Formats: sequence, C-alpha cells, structure tokens
Amino acid sequence: MDFTTFLWTTLGAFLTLATFSFLYKDNPFYKLAEHLVVGVSAGYFVIIVWHGTMVPNLFQKLADGDWFMLWLNSTQPWYIVPGILGILMWTRFSRKYGWLSRWPMALYIGIAAGVAVPLEMSNKVNKQLVATMVDINWSNFMGTGFFDPFSGLANLLIFIGVIAGLIYFFFSKAHTGAVGGVAKLGIWTLMIGFGASFGFTVMARISLFINRLQYLDKNWREAAFDSSNPNYGAGFQIVFWLIIALIVVYVVREIMTHLSHKKANSATE
Amino acid sequence: MNFFDRLMRLDRRWVFLFLTVVCVAGYYVDYSIPIRVTKETRSIYDFIDSLPPGDIVFVAIDYDPSNQAELHPMTYAIMEHAFRKNLRIIFTALSQNGPGMADQAIRDITDSVALDRTYNGIEYKGRQIVNGVDYTFLGYKPYFSIIILSMGQNFRISFPTDYYGTPLDSIPMMRGVLNYDNVACLIDLSGGNITDAWISYGQGRYNFPLALGLTGVMTAQYYPYLNSGQVFGIMGGMLGAAQYERLADNPGLAIDGMRVQLPAHIVILLFIIIGNIGYFVTRRKVQLEGR
Repeated sequence: MDFTTFLWTTLGAFLTLATFSFLYKDNPFYKLAEHLVVGVSAGYFVIIVWHGTMVPNLFQKLADGDWFMLWLNSTQPWYIVPGILGILMWTRFSRKYGWLSRWPMALYIGIAAGVAVPLEMSNKVNKQLVATMVDINWSNFMGTGFFDPFSGLANLLIFIGVIAGLIYFFFSKAHTGAVGGVAKLGIWTLMIGFGASFGFTVMARISLFINRLQYLDKNWREAAFDSSNPNYGAGFQIVFWLIIALIVVYVVREIMTHLSHKKANSATE
Repeated sequence: MNFFDRLMRLDRRWVFLFLTVVCVAGYYVDYSIPIRVTKETRSIYDFIDSLPPGDIVFVAIDYDPSNQAELHPMTYAIMEHAFRKNLRIIFTALSQNGPGMADQAIRDITDSVALDRTYNGIEYKGRQIVNGVDYTFLGYKPYFSIIILSMGQNFRISFPTDYYGTPLDSIPMMRGVLNYDNVACLIDLSGGNITDAWISYGQGRYNFPLALGLTGVMTAQYYPYLNSGQVFGIMGGMLGAAQYERLADNPGLAIDGMRVQLPAHIVILLFIIIGNIGYFVTRRKVQLEGR
C-alpha cells in the first residue's frame, strides 16, 4: 500500500462524507470541508497563474534584460507595459492611489466591449434569428418514429414558440383576447423549456451523488476489503471502521438528544 | 391530521434518506439498462471516427472538480477513442481548476491506451502515448475570451510554452501547427460560461467545427446552437457520456452510473406526483373549510 494513495484517498472519502453530512444539518465536519475547498482552490489558482501566466508571458519575455534596469534593456521591453498595468490594479487597496486602477480597468473593459459587441450580435442574435426561420421539412413532416415524432414539424414549432414567448413578454398591450391566447401559448412554451432544464438538472444532481458513490466504493471500500485492489491494505480497513464508528456514535448521540428533548417537552406539557 | 397533511409537513431529510437508500441499492444490484443514442452525440462520435490518423483534435477541458461526475467520463471516452484512432490532441484548460482535471485524464488514458483492447470488434494494439508527439497540453490562462481569440491567430501568443514549461516551437507535434486552421475540430467540455466564449469568439470568429460536452444543468440552454449549425454535436450530462461510451464500445463510469440514474429518477417522479397530489388535496381542503 502506497502511503500517499492511502492518505489522499482516505482524506477524499472523509471529506465526501463530511460534505454530505450537511443534508442532515450544519456541523463542524461540513464547515471544515467547505473551508478547505475555498482555501485550496484559492491557493491552487495563485500557483497556476504564477507559473502558467506570469512566468512565461511576462518574466520569460523580459528575461534577457536586467532587473536593475527594470528590464528596459530587454529585447522585448514593451512587455513592461502590461506588467505596469497589472500592478496598477493593486492600487485598489490604497484610498489615496485607488483611482489609478481605473486605467487598466478602462483599457480592459474598452477592449472587451469592442471585441464582444459585434461578435455577440452576430453569433447570439443574428444567427439565432436565422435559425428560427428555417423552412419546414415537408418530406419528413411526421418524423422518423416513436422517439422522433416531430422532426419535420420542429422548425414550425420553434417559430411559433418564439413568437408566442415574445408576445408573453410584451406588456404594452393587455393580455386579453387573441393576444392573451398567444401569450398563454408562450407561457406553455417557456414551461416546457423549463421542464427540460429541470429534468437535466435532476440528472446532473444525481450524477454528482453517483460519482461520489463510485469513489467511495471503488477507491475506498475496495481498497479496504478487496484483496485484488492494487491499493489493498489494513490501513484502509482501520480508517474505514473508525469513520463508520464515528458516524454511529454521532447518530446515537443525535437520537439520544432527540429523545431527551421529546421527554422534556412532554413533561412541560 | 390525515395522510396528506402529514405528507406536506414531512421533513425533507426523509426524502434525502430514501433517495440515498434507493441510489445505493441501485448501485449494488447488478443489472444493465439499454442506452438509446441521440443523433447529437452520434454526430460527435462519427466525426472523430471518420478522421484520418494524424489529424489533430482540440479538446478544451473547461471544468472544475465540481463537474467531474458528468464531464470526466466524456473526456475519457473521447480521449481513448481519439488515441486508439491514432489522432493527436491539443488540450487546454481555461477553467481555473481545469489543469488538474486534464492532467488526471491524460495520465489515466495513457495507462489505458498502453493495453491491448478490442472495441466494436476491432482489435487495437496497446501503444505508448508520448507527450509532445501524441498530445500537447497547453494549460490554463485567465480571461478565457481573450485567450480563445488570440489562439485564432497563433497558439503561441497565449501559450509560448505548454503546461510543463516546454516552448511550443520545441514540441514535435506543434511544428507547423499555428492556429485553429490546423485542427480538425474542437470539442469543448465545459461546466460554465466558457462555452459561450467558444461559440462567439471561437467558432463565430474563426469558423471551425465545434462540438459541446455539457453538464446536465446547461444542456437544454445550448440546443438552439445545434439547430443554427453553430455546433455540430452536443453531449448532455452523464447520459451524453454514457451514449458516447456505448458508441465507442468502451463502458466506463457513465454507463455504470446510468444504473443508479434510472431508480433515482423514478423515485423523484413519484415524489413529484405524490407531492402535487398532496398540495392539491390540502388546498381543496382549505378552500372547503373557508366556505
């Protein structure tokens, strides 16, 4: 049994169970897991940005210059400019010089807006508008079978759904009569869309649980009890039973507390 | 207090407990369920399957460990399929905790491809996957929109070195590979809004074939891009991964997970039906009492 594998697998199992314990109620184990996630993510991010961005994209570019000359004698001295702009962002921490951070911010937002507006307009609006007004597929109007009954009708349904959905959000005219009818069709279209999203969301949430179940079973339980597992070892068994014992003690304590509260309440009544 | 009143006041932790028991039972009972493959997933599989050996597939691993359950099986299935077909892969990870995900997937699939295996009746000899020859992992950079745009000009602008610090020009696989024009397709496996950037700033600007592997929560939202032809395939959640595994004849964690999804979904549907009945009956009772 490799100690590193033992350590990280056990820690992973413990933190998984600690996180799920929140389903019962908030507790110190959950808090520990929650804080660890935030702390580790932040630390990992800093290291990744330093080694993956700052070093290759800034310092290595200026590496042939001299630090004491502030790299002005580098062959690519212009890389100092984004470096300075980056440093200016840190002036946010000073009340006196905080205004300097607006310069890099303005530059970034200006460039981002200039790039984003035409591309977003083209790809999120124009192309979607075109896709809403596609010809009906008459040759395959009634679909290809039980699981695909509307493939020909789909383009018509999309068009009607979009128009009805837009009318539902059109508040300059009262939703009565024909407009009200179309608006009602719009809300049905939206509800069907939300239903599809809800179905996928349920699948996503269950998937997260399945993944943890697979981890606890394949990486942890099998390492404790399946001799064919490459990480099989007594250490896993000891920790497995320790955690189970901890859970049992916690559950028994909770039941005892609940019963004593119940008894106290009935005595008061 | 009748049955429905009790139902409406039921502590939700009983629902969690019941669902947990059903999931655990579903996991340990040995059975299989049929998986119907949708055309959105098939189009991704067919595209990769039709590429000639040596072509480059760009795989963007844009998810964090929180999306590992749904997206890791997709990554594994696609990588194994591509490497078995002797395709080469460029990886990026534009999500902040993505590099760890990519690193793990590369190590695991390198081990798997080293073994002889038979998929869909075709025997594949095991081979050594070599960094810089079979794949290049570019790593992570912040501000994904700008990175996606700059890679359209030259990968070297944003990534002068790969994730391991090797200059891109020293990597054999990257010789003559400048930008998206040199890749056959791009598959974005994403758990966040990076997908929007790939659609607008990547595919929309540089017009390469784009396919998406998405978390279940996101999937329905991106179907309009399939209809407009901006993406050529979508894999949605664990089901999408299971479909790809089925097509590739390479059962993994996703197909294994679908055995649990089925009873869990049935239980949730039953809870929704019972909950609604309880709600309407209780409301009716309140209305009658009001009269």
